Amino acid sequence: MNDRPAALVTGASRGLGQALALRLAERGHPVVLVARADEPLQDVVTRIRARGGRLAHAVVGDLGRPDDARSIAAQATALVGRVGLLVHNASSLGPLPMPALADTRPEDLLAVLEVNLLGPFRLTRALLGGLALGQGGTIVHISSDAAVEAYPGWGAYAVSKAALDHLSRVWAAELGEAGVRVLSVDPGEMDTRMHADAVPDADRWALADPDVVARRILALLEDSVGAPSGARLIAAQWSADGEVTA
Amino acid sequence: MSGPWTAADGPRGVAQQRLLVVDPTAEMAFETRARALPELLRARDLVVVNDAATLPASLRVCTGSGRMHELRVATPGGPTGWWVVLLGEGDWRTPTERRPLPEMLDVDDAIALPDGTHAHVLERSPRSPRLLRIDWGRDDARVLALLFGHGRPIQYSYLKGDLRIEDVQTAFGVRPWAVEMPSASRPLDWAALRALRGRGVELATLTHAAGLSATGDDALDAQLPLPERYDLPARTVAAIERAHAGGARVLAVGTTVVRALEGNAATHGGRLRSGEGTTALVIGPGFVPRIASGLLSGVHEPGTSHHAVVRAFAPAALLEAAHQHAALRGFLVHEFGDATLVLPRERARLG
Repeated sequence: MNDRPAALVTGASRGLGQALALRLAERGHPVVLVARADEPLQDVVTRIRARGGRLAHAVVGDLGRPDDARSIAAQATALVGRVGLLVHNASSLGPLPMPALADTRPEDLLAVLEVNLLGPFRLTRALLGGLALGQGGTIVHISSDAAVEAYPGWGAYAVSKAALDHLSRVWAAELGEAGVRVLSVDPGEMDTRMHADAVPDADRWALADPDVVARRILALLEDSVGAPSGARLIAAQWSADGEVTA
Repeated sequence: MSGPWTAADGPRGVAQQRLLVVDPTAEMAFETRARALPELLRARDLVVVNDAATLPASLRVCTGSGRMHELRVATPGGPTGWWVVLLGEGDWRTPTERRPLPEMLDVDDAIALPDGTHAHVLERSPRSPRLLRIDWGRDDARVLALLFGHGRPIQYSYLKGDLRIEDVQTAFGVRPWAVEMPSASRPLDWAALRALRGRGVELATLTHAAGLSATGDDALDAQLPLPERYDLPARTVAAIERAHAGGARVLAVGTTVVRALEGNAATHGGRLRSGEGTTALVIGPGFVPRIASGLLSGVHEPGTSHHAVVRAFAPAALLEAAHQHAALRGFLVHEFGDATLVLPRERARLG
């Protein structure tokens, strides 16, 4: 029997989300993959099943739409029973190329906050009954070093990630006694479409493979001492082979 | 609304809720604020809640003749299948009993859905020709996607405005099984749950598919509640058995929890067995609850089926006195009204 809790990963059709879903499935977690478009999600589900993962499901939803959180939570819960590991990975950069804050329209900042901050907040709320009523579980927020460093041109995204980090800390403070571990993880720079959108001329060879980062994140999830609830963690400090490197 | 009772006319939170407390042990009743609920319970008490989330269970559909109808989900899939009722056209401002009669459908008839696809009738219930089991032509998760994409919560004609999906969720509802809100949980927001934990009160969950409160069909309404699906986790059974063995008090939150617990025990010789089941148990006069000894519920007018469940937990004279007080004080009834707490009694310690 499988005693790994079911995981839900948002933004799972590509990049880090896809890599996390594949690795979680490989470790035996039933996985619900969430993204806006069905077809790329189904491709990932097919890949998971081809690798022997039995319990992988696609749920279409848009974290930027207020009503979708309940829909995603309902479908995921119907498919896997209870979500015990929630990975908020989906995020939006906003308009491309990313404008300076001075040139960012307020509605564009709001749209980024909807996806990157309110979306995770709503989805956690909708799934909290399966986590904080004694069952316990883990919530992971995928952050960015832009949440800490003030880079010109990263305004909307950076603000949303800084707020997401603090959302994570407050959840941790409130949910600790209910046995829910809440983490924020800076994955570092990765060779993903999002990174190419943000920095089109980046040297791809200097960027991390999202699969390596996914394995680092799985390693830190196993490390309850080094990665306690409420912490903001740098994924690169864990080895992709499961050993702490820092 | 007849008699002295008034319904709350819109969504209200715990901060606005009053609590009618009935204490069968002290043979007294009093009124307080719903916020005070945690202070009325004590260490080792066990509180059992229904963690069902509420579906947008109402959908506008079209039958073969071209007539528009409101489709209401009665049972949300799983082993019993999807049972639905059709109501004649009209919105929530018209009480269900005054809506036009729906078209009578036969097995294999098609129902046009808002996304352009069709459902088909698989079966008509012997309870009522208006209660239909349908095939949505997709798996249960995709039915949920359809409902969330095109449906809305079941509305109530006594409310001032439209209910949104957030309005009908409890703080902790997560499994998409309820077609109407398990509203007894309204006093229990996360602050209340935290306060209960802080007092050493234990919490446990089950899932019960809270069903329709009205179908627009008198004959069918008289048979409510319909058999409802529940899931009783092993950890909840263990918590209840520990509470019983140690003489601790068990409080059921909502008539749905009473139904699931007593229905499960009734089919297993008085003992609880974990797992999924369906219960047709109707709790009426003279029913003696064996699992929970107290109940948190809404305020229910005498004569309603919910009131009959409350009566199973408190002596009739005490409950009547409490209700007279509540009526005089303008306590509000129905989904978004005030709350009643029948304090759980001590059980004799076993062994």
